[in-house]
Amino acid sequence: MTNEDREIRSHFPILSDENLVYLDNSATSQRPREVLDAVEEFYRTVNSNPMRGLYEISIRATEQYEEARSAVADFIGAADSSEIVFTRNATESLNLVAYAYGEAFIHEGDEIIVSIAEHHSNLLPWQILAKKTGATLTYFECSEDGAFSLDAFKKILSEKTALVAMTQMSNIFGRLNDVKAYAAEAHKYGAVFVCDGAQSAPHIPVNVTDSDVDFFAFSGHKMYAPMGIGVLYGKKDLLEKMPPFLYGGEMIEYVQKYSATYAEVPHKFEAGTVNAGGAVGLLAALRFMKGIGWETIEKREDELTDYAYERLTAVPHVKVLGASDPHDHHGILTFTIEGVHPHDVAAIMDEHGVCIRAGHHCAQPLHKHLGIMSTSRASLGFYNTHEDIDAFIAALAGMRKEMGYPD
Amino acid sequence: MASTFYNEILTEHNINPMHKHPVNGANLTLEGVNPSCGDDIILKLKVNPEGVIEDGGFEGDGCAISQASCDMMLDLIIGKPKDEAMRLADIFLRMIKGTVTDEEKDELEEAGILSDISHMPARVKCAVLGWHTMEEMLNEDADGGQEEKAKQ
Repeated sequence: MTNEDREIRSHFPILSDENLVYLDNSATSQRPREVLDAVEEFYRTVNSNPMRGLYEISIRATEQYEEARSAVADFIGAADSSEIVFTRNATESLNLVAYAYGEAFIHEGDEIIVSIAEHHSNLLPWQILAKKTGATLTYFECSEDGAFSLDAFKKILSEKTALVAMTQMSNIFGRLNDVKAYAAEAHKYGAVFVCDGAQSAPHIPVNVTDSDVDFFAFSGHKMYAPMGIGVLYGKKDLLEKMPPFLYGGEMIEYVQKYSATYAEVPHKFEAGTVNAGGAVGLLAALRFMKGIGWETIEKREDELTDYAYERLTAVPHVKVLGASDPHDHHGILTFTIEGVHPHDVAAIMDEHGVCIRAGHHCAQPLHKHLGIMSTSRASLGFYNTHEDIDAFIAALAGMRKEMGYPD
Repeated sequence: MASTFYNEILTEHNINPMHKHPVNGANLTLEGVNPSCGDDIILKLKVNPEGVIEDGGFEGDGCAISQASCDMMLDLIIGKPKDEAMRLADIFLRMIKGTVTDEEKDELEEAGILSDISHMPARVKCAVLGWHTMEEMLNEDADGGQEEKAKQ
């Protein structure tokens, strides 16, 4: 373990357990002390219902909540913080778009294009929307190694295309999709482009103004913030013309017995008491990431991915899904080992103190497309070390023997 | 270091199952699926008019626990009357819940090695897949049988 490893890991209380090898970062990251402290500080010092600031601590709670919104806008390059809606997680953000935008603006005869590599959270809302509205649902397929072709995309677009849903980074392949190019093509037909950024936002700098996506969703908990705080970015003109998603407190302007007018964006989409503690935790996480710096985060994750890919592909009977260039994996290594079911892989890993994910990773249509029932996945964060990878590989290398195979 | 749950008995039943094969003259068939894991088995039994399970087998895919558990179950129940198979299934399911006596566990023979599953909540549904499938199949058969009698 290098001095830098030690310094970085010292921020994360859970990583002080040296026997814990945490390689399930695509599912959720760990949280640094700075985030845990910020959440506690919020509840210890300014806890009150924000947005109704008639007294000192409520004004301060509101300020902190709105400061988090500005920091998020800054983090993803949004032009205006009113384009940032706080949600529970990326799943809720994507559902918000499907309900509020989809039900108002998608009609029978329209076409929704969804990439086959989507997590269920950017697939099921569109499947349901298509059923409700009578729109057509079309899948945009990738090659076996997870690559999408812009030329193939151009061929399936048409005047009917009203919405395209695509992830910036697949939670199976870790491959980066050039969403800027895909959004530009979709826009030629007047379609809106909904981007799932749950896997990309923690690992690469994102700029929604540059990529020109119409909606961008991500979760705080995959990027060192608490669970239960997520983000939806939407272009202001789209958010303004959308009806509310949930109705209730905090999202109104004026309510009469038989009618109501609604608050301005983004508050129109934040009904009920908000998760201000979570937002403050997210703010602390963004500051923490800034303190570490993208250069360090990307360099560490790239180097470690290289090392893990090289060692993983050298294990007999192992097949890694996705690109053959480790730089296209961004810390996500999904694999199979012949003769050992992924759930057994994860269970044996657990016996060695290694946490990985197994199953279909909420991407059943993709697994079907690839002709695989289920897979195992190790996913890295910048706080992981070579020693973590060594422990993972050691457990994997002995696995077939442990399961009774001669080699 | 880790004390592995995957002992030789379990891995042997997984890699070289005795009963993973088609069954000639099977009169009961039921598919059992764990959608979240992808465990998927088709269980087949040949039950004679006296209600004795003469033969049985399974096909399908799944983790070692689901496959070995099903194979050990068939080891145990082939040659036994349906009622006895149901009684053993009840013991097995109670063992997984952690409410079984040592004497009862002994009745399960090799399948008793799965008792530690009661401490592995994520794997319970793998271990019980074959047993639940058999229970459901024999229950349906009993219901169907009664309906036929009622018709007469």
